[in-house]
This record gives sequence, C-alpha cells and structure tokens, in this order.
Amino acid sequence: MNSLFPTSADFIRFAPEIVLTVVGTLLMLLEPLTGDGKGEKPQLRWLAIAGLALAMAAAIFAYGDPGPAFNGMLLVDGFGTFFSVLVIGTGLLTVFCAQDYLIREKQENGEFYALLLFSIAGQCIMATANELIILFIGLEISSISSYILAGFLREDRRSNESALKYFLLGSFATGFLLYGVAWIYGLTGSTNLATIQATLAAGGVNPRLLALSAALMFVGFAFKVSAAPFQVWAPDVYQGAPSPVSAFLSAGPKAAAFAIFLRVFTTAFGSMADRWAPVFWGSALLTMIVGNFAALRQDNIKRMLAYSSIAHAGYVMVAVTSHSTVGTAAAMFYLASYAFVNVGAFAVVSYVAAKGEKHVGIGDFAGLAARQPLAALVMTIFFTSLIGVPLTAGFFGKFYIFKAALDAGMVWLTVLGLLNSAVAAYYYLRVIVVMYTHEPSVAVNELEPASSGLQFGWVAAAAATLALGIFPSALLEFASRAAILR
Amino acid sequence: MPESLAQQYFPLLVQILLAVLVAGGMVAAGLLIGKKVKNRVKEMPYECGMTPTGNARERFSVKFYLVGMLFILFDIEAVFLFPWAVVFRELKLFAWFEMVTFVVLILAGFFYIWKKGALDWTQTETSKAHKPPTALDLMLSDELEVAGRR
Amino acid sequence: MTESQSLWLIPILPLIGAALNGLLGRRLPKMAVSAIAILSVLGSFLWVMKCLSALGNLDTPHAEHYFTWIQSGALEIGVDFMVDRLTRIMLLIVTGVGLLIHIYAVGYMDHEEGFSRFFSYLNLFMFFMLTLVLAKNFLLVFVGWEGVGLASYLLIGFYLKEKFAGDAGKKAFIVNRIGDFGFSLAMFLIVITFGSLDFTKVFEAAAKMPVEAHAGILTAIALLLFVGACGKSAQMPLYVWLPDAMAGPTPVSALIHAATMVTAGVYIVARASVIFDRAPIALDVVSYIGLLTAVVAATIGVTQYDIKKVFAYSTVSQLGFMFMACGAKAYSSGIFHVATHAFFKAVLFLGAGSVIHALHGEQDMRNMGGLRSKIPQTFATLCFAWLAISGVPGFSGALSKDEILIAVHGKSEWMFWVGVVTAGITAFYVSRAMFMTFFGEYRGKAHPHESPLSMTGPLWVLALLSAAGGYLMRDLVHSIGPETASHGDHGSLEFIIVAAGLLGIGLAAFMYLMNRGLSQSVAKALGPVYRLVYDKYRVDEFYDAALVRPIQAGSESVLWKGLDVLLIDGVVNGVGRTASAIGGILRRCQGGHVPSYATWIVLGAALVLIGFQLVGGGR
Repeated sequence: MNSLFPTSADFIRFAPEIVLTVVGTLLMLLEPLTGDGKGEKPQLRWLAIAGLALAMAAAIFAYGDPGPAFNGMLLVDGFGTFFSVLVIGTGLLTVFCAQDYLIREKQENGEFYALLLFSIAGQCIMATANELIILFIGLEISSISSYILAGFLREDRRSNESALKYFLLGSFATGFLLYGVAWIYGLTGSTNLATIQATLAAGGVNPRLLALSAALMFVGFAFKVSAAPFQVWAPDVYQGAPSPVSAFLSAGPKAAAFAIFLRVFTTAFGSMADRWAPVFWGSALLTMIVGNFAALRQDNIKRMLAYSSIAHAGYVMVAVTSHSTVGTAAAMFYLASYAFVNVGAFAVVSYVAAKGEKHVGIGDFAGLAARQPLAALVMTIFFTSLIGVPLTAGFFGKFYIFKAALDAGMVWLTVLGLLNSAVAAYYYLRVIVVMYTHEPSVAVNELEPASSGLQFGWVAAAAATLALGIFPSALLEFASRAAILR
Repeated sequence: MPESLAQQYFPLLVQILLAVLVAGGMVAAGLLIGKKVKNRVKEMPYECGMTPTGNARERFSVKFYLVGMLFILFDIEAVFLFPWAVVFRELKLFAWFEMVTFVVLILAGFFYIWKKGALDWTQTETSKAHKPPTALDLMLSDELEVAGRR
Repeated sequence: MTESQSLWLIPILPLIGAALNGLLGRRLPKMAVSAIAILSVLGSFLWVMKCLSALGNLDTPHAEHYFTWIQSGALEIGVDFMVDRLTRIMLLIVTGVGLLIHIYAVGYMDHEEGFSRFFSYLNLFMFFMLTLVLAKNFLLVFVGWEGVGLASYLLIGFYLKEKFAGDAGKKAFIVNRIGDFGFSLAMFLIVITFGSLDFTKVFEAAAKMPVEAHAGILTAIALLLFVGACGKSAQMPLYVWLPDAMAGPTPVSALIHAATMVTAGVYIVARASVIFDRAPIALDVVSYIGLLTAVVAATIGVTQYDIKKVFAYSTVSQLGFMFMACGAKAYSSGIFHVATHAFFKAVLFLGAGSVIHALHGEQDMRNMGGLRSKIPQTFATLCFAWLAISGVPGFSGALSKDEILIAVHGKSEWMFWVGVVTAGITAFYVSRAMFMTFFGEYRGKAHPHESPLSMTGPLWVLALLSAAGGYLMRDLVHSIGPETASHGDHGSLEFIIVAAGLLGIGLAAFMYLMNRGLSQSVAKALGPVYRLVYDKYRVDEFYDAALVRPIQAGSESVLWKGLDVLLIDGVVNGVGRTASAIGGILRRCQGGHVPSYATWIVLGAALVLIGFQLVGGGR
C-alpha cells in the first residue's frame, strides 16, 4: 500500500495548482491594500501575469517527470500537461486582452485576476484529475469562479443576468454529474478511473445501470462543453458576460471540460465505446446544426460568437465520437487552436464595443479596416480560422477532426459536418465584409487606439493562429503522443 | 444477521411508515374533528396573538444573508477540526501542516472580507461611494434583478 | 533529381509585395505602390523563365520538398512544389498575363480610392494562384484554391461596397462553398482510398486501378472534384456568381474572373486526368455539363446590353468548351484553350475597361456606338480578340477551339454539332458587342478619350498574343499529355467550325450594321422566349426561391424563432404569468428564462438517458 504521506514528487506534480492558488490568494489580499481610486491596478495585473507564467513553467517542469500524484488521484501525463498549459496560456492571453476593458469600466481590481487564477487552478486540476471526486472538485472550483466572473460588472444588468443563469443552470447540471459519479461508485466500488476501467472491462456490471450512470455523467459534461441539447445557457451567458470573460469562458473552461470528457469516456468507459458512441454521434450533429444555423440570424456579435462556440463544440464532439487516438489528438489540436482564436476575437469585440459594451451589433464593425487596420486584420485572421480557411489553425483542426471521423468509418457525420462548416462560413464572412467594405460606423469613428497590452494580446493570438496553420506538425505530434490515454 | 437489501432496510421502512401515519393522522384528525369557522380574523397570519403589521413577505437586507453565509463558512472550518482531531495522532506533523494551510487560507479570506467592509453593519451607500464597486458588492446589493434578454 | 530551383520564390515574391503594400502602402506615394506591385510580379515572372530554361523540356517532373507539413499516422503531407509540363503552361499564363494586367491596373485604378489596398489584394491573389498551380499535393492545392477565392471576394467587395454585402456577395460565397465542399470531400475520399494526398503517389496508385464501367470510388472522387471545379470555374448549375463578380474593377475581371482563377477548375480536372480517365461516367458528366453551360451562357450573352455582362457570359461559355475538351479526354486541348482564352479574354475585358474608362463609367452598349474613331487603339486591339474568339483562322482562338470540337467529334457526333452551333452563337454575340460599341453613331453624352499608355501597352501585347500566342504555345501545350486528335486530317470538320464562326459574324453584321431595328423585331417576335433568356433563364430567382429563402426561413422560423423566441420566451412568459403572484427577488431572476432552460436540460437528459438505454442497456 502506498504511503499516505505525500512525497516531493507529489508536490512537483501539483506545483502549477499550488502556484496559481498562492498567487490568487495573494492577489485577493493585496486588492484592498492597493489602488489609486482610478480603477487601475497595473501592479496586480503584472503579478497575475507573473503568477500565470510561473504556473506554466511549473506545468512544463512537472512534465519532466510524469506520473501519478497523491495516490493516483492526479495523473501528470502528456494529455494533462497539454491542457494545463493550454488553459494557463488562455489565461495569460485573457489578462492582456482584458486590460483595456477593465480600465475603461474602472473595474481593474484584484478580484478579477484572483478569480481568473482560481478558475484556472480548477481547470488544471480537471486536466490532470485521474479520479472522479478530484475531477468534480476541479470542475466546481473552475465553475464557481466562472460564475462570479460572468457577473463581474455588478451594476450591469446583463452581466448579473448572465451570472445568475450560468450559476443556476450550471449547478443544476452539475447535480446530474454528481449523481452519475455516485452511481459509478456504487457499481464499481471505486472513483479511480483506472480501477473503474478495469472493473468494467472485466464485465459483470449491470449494463442498464452502467448506461444510466454514463448517461448522467454525459449530461453534466455535455452541459459544460455546451453540447446540444444542453447548450441553451451558452448564448445568454456569453452575451451578457463582460467580453473578456466571455472570451475566457469559451476557451479555458471549455477546453478543460473537454479534457475530462475525453479522459473519462476513453478510459473509464472505454470498454463500452460502442454503446456511447451513437449518443455522441447524435449530440455532435445536433450541436453543429443548432450552433451554425442559429448563428446565421444573429445581429449581436457576442451572441453570434456564442452560437459559433456551440457549433465548434460540435466539431470537437465529432472527434470525441470517433473514439481513437487520432480523434483525441484532433480534439486537442482543435481546442488549442480554438482557444487562441476565440480569446482574440472576443478581445476585438470588447475593443469595438467601447464603454458599457454599447456597440455589439455586427453593423458597429462597419469600416473598421479603414480606421483601425490592425484590429480588422487580426479579426479577419481569427474569423478565417473559424471558417477553416487553409493556412490558419482552424483549417487543420477541422481537417484532423474529419479525417479522424472518416478513419472511424463515420462517413455521414463527416459529410454533414463539412456541410455545416460550409454554412458557417457565411456568418463569419458577413462580419469581414462589413469591416472591409462599409463606411465607418459611429462606433468605429469614436474608437481610441488600442493599448499596447491589448495589441500584444491580439498579435500573439493571431500569430499563434497562423503559426499553427502553417506549421501544425510540432503541436500535432505532441498531441498524438499525448493522446494515448490509459 | 439480515442478508438481503430489503432485510437491511426494513426497520427504516417501518420508521418512515410510522412517521407518515402519525403526522398524517394528526392533520386528518384535525380536519375531521375540528370546527370549521371562516372569517377575516381566522384567515390572518398567526403572529402570537398580535395584530400583524404589514406584509409577511417583507424583504430582508441582503447584508443579513451575507453575514449569515460568512458565518456558515467559518463555522464549517470548526466542523473540519473534529475529524482532523481524531486522526491527528496518526498523521502527526503532516496533519499539522495541512491544518495550518487550511487555516491560513481561511484567514486570508477573513482578512479580505474584513478589509472590504463586508462585516461593517453601519456602512452606508454614501460612505463607500468613493470606492469602485467590486465582485463582492454584487452580493451586498439590494437591487439584484435580472433583465430580460432583449 | 535535378538541382533545386528555389521554386518557392515564385509565389513568395508577390506575397512580399502584398505585405509591403498592405502594411506600408498607405504611407507610400502611388509611384512606389505601383512599383512594388509590378516589380514583385515581374520578379516572379522572370524567375519562372529562369527556372523553365534551367529545367529544359521536363521529361520528368521537377519536384521540390521544403518541409513536412503534417504527419498524422501514416499520412504525411509536405509543402512540396512541382513543375511539370502542365504546370509550365499555367505558370507562364499566370505570371505573364498577371504581369500585363498589373501594369494595366496602374493606369486604370489611378483615380480610385484605396490604391495600395487594391494592389495588396491583387498581389495576394497572385500568391495563392501560384501556390495552386505549383502545389504537388491536393492539400496545398486546396490552400491556393481557398486563397484565390478569398482574394477574389475581397477584390469584388473592394468596388461594390454596400451592395456587395447584399445578394451578390451571398451568391458568390454560397456557390463557392458548395464547390469547396465537393473539393474537400474529394480530398478526404482520396486520403481514405490512397492513404496520401501527394500527386505522384495518388496518380501512380490510381493508374493501377481498372477503368470503372459502373460507378465506383474513382467515379466518386472524380465527380466530387468536378463539383469543386464547377464552383470555381462557374459551370452549371453553379455559374451564377461569375456574372455578378464582373461588377468588380475591370482588371480584376480580366485577371481573376477570366484569365486565371476561373480556369483552376479546368486545371484540376486536367491534373487529375488519371482519375478521370478511369471514370467514364464522370467524364460523361463533365462533357454534358460543359456543353450545357456553353449553350446556356452563350444564349444569355446574345441578349445582354451591359458590355461586361456580355463578356462575363462569354467566359462562362468558353469555360464550358474547356470542360467539353476534358470530357472528351482531350485535356491538353482544354489547357490549350485556357491559354488562348487567357489572352483574348484578357484583351476583351481590358478593352472593355478601356471603353468604360473612356466613357467615364458607362457600361450600357445602347449608349455607345461609333467609338472606332474616338478610341482607335482600344478598337484595334479589341479586333484581335474579337477575331480570335470568333474562331477566324490565323488567330489563336481558332486553333484551340478547333481542337476541342474535333476531340468532341471523336466522342459524340451530336455534341459536336451543338458545339459548332454554340461557336457560331459565340461569334455572333461578340460581333454584336463590337458593332454596337464601335460602329454606327455615338449615342452617349460623355466625351470619350483614349486611355494612357500604361493601359494600351499591355492591351497591345495581349492583342498580339491573341493572334500569335496559340502558335507559340502549341508545342508546349501538346507536350503535356496524350496525343490529341488534332494531328489527323480533319479538314472538313475544321471547315465547318470556321464556317460557323464566320456565319455568326456575318449574321451579326446583317442585323446590327445593315438592318438596325431588325434585332428589335426579332426579339419581339420571339417574345416570351427572348424575355426568358434576357432574364438569364431566371436561374437566380429559382435559386432564391428554392434554396436561399427556405434556408433563411428555416433557420429563422425553426431555430431562431422556434427555439429561441417561441419556445423559450413562450414558456417563460407562461411561467412568468403564473409566477407573478409570488413576488420578490426570486421571481425576477426566475422570470428570466431559467425555468424553461432547466426544462430543456431535463428534457435533454431524458433523451440522453433513453438513448443510452436503447443503444447501451440490456446487453
């Protein structure tokens, strides 16, 4: 039997979470002690950036010696490290992209950064969790911080509405997940994924009850990744939340939720893949259709991006459905590329929306290219990536996903998915056209130049998008090696 | 020794049945035997004999709930100490470090809410007007309301 | 293996030009912007020449591998460029004609806003087009394929502004997406079938497969590739976007929508000839679609009054001829026509642009006439193109068109005759345009002036190429592929084709030069038929009613109104009314949409539970 006492290896493997929690707490403590009354706290911003950078370094360092930690509750492997680094990177980008917004709304304070770091700590736990209870704790840490972040502008009705809806529905869905965990524990006598996997593979578990518990957990996970038919919350929440928060929500928590989704269903439930795959198939298709077709009619760009994020969750679901190493690698690549793109796109939205997020109509983007060419250029790069135009990350993401689907013999899902992405191009392109060919709108004419931090955030996200589009092999190679889950 | 699930839980079932019978029986008896008089006074909310003053669905200040919640948070801290105390002898120094970590985190939270003025009952809107509102103020607000989507 | 020729320089030079103009253009004088744009294309033209001369007659294709792009399981895709005899022709056309059109555009766009942006897009287009023709695998072709589409979209939008966001843009985009959808499906099928996307590997493997008498995997791949080709090369039923795209600046029409991009479809069919050869059903489809497109577009061309629209439909029709050639396995003839068409159609468009320029934006031929003496140089150059497209012997158009029709004759006699009649119609409508524009009396109000040298210069070069280009390139083109029928003795067939062209010109002269008004009475006599053709067979209206509106209505009424508004708001309002008695904060937040959302989640959960039980339970 393993010793109950943690070793130094355990702490090294848990280092990213420790760093995030300590720096997050520190930010919280410093918050009441700092500030000049103007709503700017650059020192806390830099502390958050330093904390995130340190956490990323810790995550990479921890991967130097992969393995389980704390009696197999955590598992630091390529897959976990990939998602840890991804969510921390998303957080870093979010800090840069949120800067202008927070200063403009006079809301730059320690809580924002502290909550962001706590949320990321939860997501890192999700990424490396190898046990259902730890997984659930990670999910809750991430979710609760996210709920508050969504309501960060407490005097803004939209923000409040968003937070409450997110909270109420999120807790509701988490209940399903927890119920599923309880059933699994009852059926297999364990919450450790490896043990569950072994028990299920050995057979002898009542298939009806097993299907029930898998279904309950599916509901919880599907809600978190906003897969149909549990996507209803996403448009309202993303639309109402402050743009930088929407950016973060659609990238970080979603990637982490997909990480646990993939890990649980490929390891614990791996032996019953032929039973859950049809449900995933239907959900993937439904998610793509609902997301893309509803996005066609949106005039509010945040709502449009929300539906678009639902649609993209559908593509990743296609990869999950294929239940193969290739599929998992494709999902990982896609989530990474999508995270950069979405944070960047929402950052441009928050920039154009101006104070109080007044200008969030698609028409408000008219003529952006003439007044703020850099903003329009990076937005074009993000949107072409969302469309899936070659030389952007989004193209390879889709390519791998549909290739994985075909390898798994899912011809119809591939055809329907490709048709969906054909439809999707239309609503993205509408924005590009408006930006480049229309006369500048009032909103655009009033824009102040973006701060250097925001510009850095844009350019970094755009550069990552192009780099992954032109040289995808390095990341994909890593993902392919990391995607072998045991 | 009871063997099957049903046998194990049989006493519980009896207990539940008894509880339902007793409670249901009392209500039923009151309905059957009791005198049925309907007038305005009878329909009024019961307030220990006093005449009710105002609506029963009065709003409480959110601060009341806030302090309630904070109290529970720190109360839970004490609850955690009990199981900890039981295993303390076995785990020794490790347990001590664990509890120190926990308490330090709790204290950090305490310091935060104290500095933010969440414990300050007398704080008024005007006295905090110069401060930018924060996330915690969300909970302090009396005017919590959700707008329609459009 | 020949030594490296640094082929990557060919596309990269225009890309650098695009980047320079895009980023710095705003602050540079017009001279510098034009110099960057032209020099970058000139550089890549010269580099093409240098490479080709170094590579000799290309008995074996020259390939260059730069780096492995992606490695996923057994699938390995590199960034590889390749030059073979087919690529050679395309490179010469794209860089050569591209260079001339860039020079022309400097003069044409002189007074326009966004000068540097325009050239940045134009150079970007060159980059993607060159990537497309140099690529050694399907994926890289797809990069160019999507890229040229994007550049073309940006360039059309450049001019159309507000209107573009409306119907024209939608149409161009939707149609092209259908094409891309076909192409990407074809690509995935190729990966499954051959485990590679590399041209050499795929075609070697395909060459070992038998000819498919019944539809099989090769037929499927070929047909899907052809769907892609239809989108890009404006074939039935996906041609509707091209005439609208002509509303962009004239140099763009000439370069992208006549000489280069639209021929990408023909190129890909010729490139995949190994696959098409083994899929006779697909070849038949290619022939029929090509023929149908040629006829339909030619008849529409007869009725149009906008000078650019006439040439636009003429382009669609000529592309149909190219596909007819491919359908008859005469791929080299198809490519030959791509080359000659690039020359004469570029002249037609640039000439039309020169006319429009001279008349300050007038495009309606009814307001022209008698321009022969007013803009003599434009007239003279246009005459070359006119005779070339009409198939008058001695001009290059006749060479390639004869080859195509003779090849078609070898495939099917009736198709040959329909083709000949279409060739006659072609001669007729181009002559009609010429007569209406340059002969008779001037009917407009503006004061025409001849265009500057930067515009007439390229026109002259291209005009001479319209005449002689065919003879210059004939051997280069025929080195591409299987021997075509043109080498046999087809004197009588050639006579018929030439006669059809001359008859077309003659008829046009009779109707528009000698008997004015005759055309009106003919139109009147044909009545409803004429109206139908004049309205372009009302295909747009049909698409709108059959496809566009149902999709919009569907996504609006079912997904948007149905899901979002009706169900959610409806349920919510109902809940809200019953709940209004409760009062308090809780009601307000629940009076949002939360209960109905929760209902959704419960319904969804029930669905998932049932699903899991159906497929997962009881085993």
